[in-house]
This record gives sequence, structure tokens and C-alpha cells, in this order.
Amino acid sequence: MPDTAPRPNDAARFDLAAVRDQFPILKQPSHGKPLAFLDSAASAQKPQIVIDAVSDTYARQYANVHRGVYELSERASAAYEAVRGKTKGLINAARDDEIVFTSGTTEGINLVAQSWGRANLGPGDEVLITEMEHHSNIVPWQMLRDEKGIVLKVVPFDADGALIMEEFEKLLGPRTKLVAVTQVSNALGTILPLDRIIPLAHDAGALVLVDGAQGIPHLPTDVRALGCDFYAFSGHKLYGPTGTGALYCRSDLLADLPPWMGGGDMILSVTFEKTEYAAPPHKFEAGTPNIAGTIGLGAAIDWFAALDHEGLAAHEADLLAYGTERLMEVPGVRLIGTAPDKAAVISFVLDYAHPHDVGTILDQQGVAVRTGHHCAQPVMDHFDVAATVRASFGAYSSRDDIDALVAALGEVRELFG
Amino acid sequence: MSDLRDLYQEVILDHSRSPRNFGHHEPSNREAKGNNPLCGDKFTVYALVEDGIVKDVSFEGRGCAISTASASLMTELVKGKTEEQAKAMFECFHQLVTADKDEPLDEALDKLNVLAGVRGYPMRVKCATLAWHTMNAALEGTDDTVVTE
Repeated sequence: MPDTAPRPNDAARFDLAAVRDQFPILKQPSHGKPLAFLDSAASAQKPQIVIDAVSDTYARQYANVHRGVYELSERASAAYEAVRGKTKGLINAARDDEIVFTSGTTEGINLVAQSWGRANLGPGDEVLITEMEHHSNIVPWQMLRDEKGIVLKVVPFDADGALIMEEFEKLLGPRTKLVAVTQVSNALGTILPLDRIIPLAHDAGALVLVDGAQGIPHLPTDVRALGCDFYAFSGHKLYGPTGTGALYCRSDLLADLPPWMGGGDMILSVTFEKTEYAAPPHKFEAGTPNIAGTIGLGAAIDWFAALDHEGLAAHEADLLAYGTERLMEVPGVRLIGTAPDKAAVISFVLDYAHPHDVGTILDQQGVAVRTGHHCAQPVMDHFDVAATVRASFGAYSSRDDIDALVAALGEVRELFG
Repeated sequence: MSDLRDLYQEVILDHSRSPRNFGHHEPSNREAKGNNPLCGDKFTVYALVEDGIVKDVSFEGRGCAISTASASLMTELVKGKTEEQAKAMFECFHQLVTADKDEPLDEALDKLNVLAGVRGYPMRVKCATLAWHTMNAALEGTDDTVVTE
């Protein structure tokens, strides 16, 4: 596994203790044991600086945005709008107004489906997704299929969980209008070859939506280098507050999109005869937004950007390699997802215990893992399992967490093996 | 480990490894599907009801140790009872795994006390009750899939 082999120098350089120290929740024991939090792919924990940004907003600079002429509203509006620029920087968008704030990846994908999709897709038009998509990148397209008669095509993955590119090329055709694809599989950890997928899709005349929920915490992301047309991500997986996120949409495309939710803050003028909409991105942000959360997302982006990214990549590669090696030593383990190119996510099953029982027993040892279908039931069906145990890592994760996981699996074996 | 032994008692481990009345017993005239979307567990419960008596009951599907053992124990207890008795058992069992107080069940349902430990694990109550809800639906003749969430 060349891409996941540990690079001891970079990994050793990463100041893990300093990172961990910033996460108050990691100091709290779980069932009397040190917490080994291995569920960052579901939601990452928050550094103190993010928690402070949210509480300081409410304590010192809170008012509704874009409305009041008074000082507090001006300060809140400025702090809120500044996050657009931070988000632009994070993903290297060209302009601030290409960033639409959302409640998370799910809303971002639904926005594309309901706005761009309803306006541009008709019967027989094809949307190509992959077999490893999260439900949030399946269901919005099925809703559109039922409404508009579009055709949903699914690119399969192989026994390791790698996308079968030959099948992708075969399924890509003249009717393909959109390729909606994840950057990293949440259930398998597979990193998708976007550098190949996106040019092929564009050559076929299709647009590309990238689900960046799992990608952005692990991979340097440059939407212009990738060339994607839409990129959706969630703040809460990037060490930010829940209910935050953004959709990037290329400005020339965004200018023509119809609004999808009507309300306050997205209009220029309203009479009972006619409404003139605000310009993007505000046209897509109806209602009072998640002000404090978005300011917290700004703090998370600043915090994340300041990390040593080479060190972080090496640290996460080390966790993946070490975790994989240690788990392979556990009797009865079957890894689910062994693609050559993987992010720091390890899914597995045991041949003598159901994931749900494993999760309960691990929890008693202070080890928090996700057990279930990970909102990716087609992936579970592919491997003919109902559920898996998933250990997923973040910047604060350590080899100690993995050791705690492996030791706790010993307890599972004692009961069930 | 002692806490976990309360949850995973020997009886539960035994029933989960060798579930009783597993597989579709025929003939049957009632059936229902149960689904726990949290973990993907799915069961189908089959029953043969004649003259108001549950003459046979069986189940198939896959689930965790708690849900499988509970399903297995359910089939043993319900078989031979009247429909009303079976439904009453479901109510008693539901009380057992959700009640705040530690009140053991009466003698007829004594076997189920092994599942009382589930009370300490709120996320697992739905595992324990899945097959019971499904049995109840089968007796009610409800066609919809039962969902415990």
C-alpha cells in the first residue's frame, strides 16, 4: 500500500500532544476509562477555539445578520460573511460568492438536485452515481427520478472497494448530465480518483458534483484544480459546529440557477405580484442562517488551516497502516474496504460477533466506534453484511486509541469467541 | 466485564448461537417483517394461529446476539398460548426492558428476566424488542414492515 505506508519522519514531527490538548472532550473519561474516540467520520470533536467562537458570538456579538443598522448586527454580519472568504480559501474557490452556506453536505446535495436538477433535467437524462455513495447522495436523485423521470445509473466497485473505472467509462454516455460522486467513501474509506473521473465526465458533457463530507478532513482540496462544478461539505466533520457547511458552485453556473427555498434574506423586493431575488449566494440562503455556527465554522477552518498538513497526512497514514496491521492480528477479523487508496477509515466485521454487540462491549472499555450500515446500505449489500464496525480517525487520534480498540476486541472474543 | 455479563448472560449467548424455532416453520398463516434501521437487523416472524391459539411460531433473519436471543426466547414462550396471552406477554416484556424499576416478571415469564439487563443499555432496547414487535404485528395481521426507531 504505497499511499498509506507510514512516513515516520513526518508522522513523528506532527505534534499530536499539542493537538489533543485542544480538545476538552478527550480529557473526559468514558465508563471510567480514557476515551478512545474512533468515530470522527460520523462527526469530529471540537477544539476549544471553535467552542469559544460559538459561545463568544452569543456572549459578545450576536444579532441577526444582514438586517439591522445597529453596531451589533453589523459586527455579527461582518463575522458571518468573513467565513465565506475563509471557506473560499479552504477549497481554493475563485470568488466569495461561489460559496453558499448550508446546514451540511445533505442540504448542499439537495440544493443541487432541487435547483439545478429540476431546472435542467428531464425524462431520460442520466445521473451517474457510485455504488459507495452515502444515502444523502442517492435519495435526492431518486426523488428527482420519481418527479422528472431521470435515469439513475450506478458505477460498481470491486471486491476491495475500489471504483471500477472501466464500468464508469462504459456507463458515461451522451445522456449523462451529471456525475455525483463522493471524494472518500464513508463506509469503506476508499479515495475516489477524481482526477480521472472529472475530466472524463466533462469530456462527455456532464457536470460533476463532489460529496466532500469525508474528503475535506483528510485530503487537501482544491476545487479549481479538481475542476468540479459543485462541491458540498459539512462543517461538523471538519471540527466545526453541527448544522454548518457550504456548497461551492462555479460562479457562471450559480448565476443561472433558480432559487430552491423561498423566504427572507434571499430577496431584493417582494410584492404580491412579483419577487426579485437577491444575487447569489444569498439567493440560496433563505431565512435566518446558522449565524453562530457559521462563525464557529470559520474558527474551525482557521484552526484546520493552521495545522501542519504534511505532518497530519503522515499521521493519518500511520494510523491507517498501524490500525490495519493491528486489526489483522485479531482472530476472525474481516476488513471491509481494502482499496489501495484509502483515507483513515477502517471498517471490519468479526466472524463470531455482530457489530452491534461489538459496539456495546467496546463502549464499556471507553472505545467509541460506529456500528451499523453507515447510511450506505448498498455497500453493506455488496459485502453481504448487515452492518460493520467502523473505526475512523481524526487529527487527534492516536496509536493508543488503536491499542485500546484491539484490547477491547479481546473482551469481545472472551464473551463470543 | 461484570456489567457486560449481566447483559450477555449465558442463556442469551446460548440462544443467540443456537436460536430455537429458527427458519420458516410450515404451515403458517400469519407473518410480519421487522426492521431495525439503526443496525440493519431484519427478522420475519411466522405464526400458525388456529382457534385463537398460537400453535406454532418461528422466525428467520439476522441480528445481533440480543435481538436473536430475544426472538428465540419469544418463540418458546409464545408457542401454545392464546393470541391474547401472547400480546399480553409482549406488553410485560416491553415493561421489563424499559421500566425504571427493577420488577422481575412473574413465574410464567421468568425466562425473560435474563433480558432485564438491556435496561442499562438504552441504545439496545430496540434490539431486544424487535422480534416482539414483529410477532405482535404478525398476530395483528399488519402488512407493513415493523420499524423500531
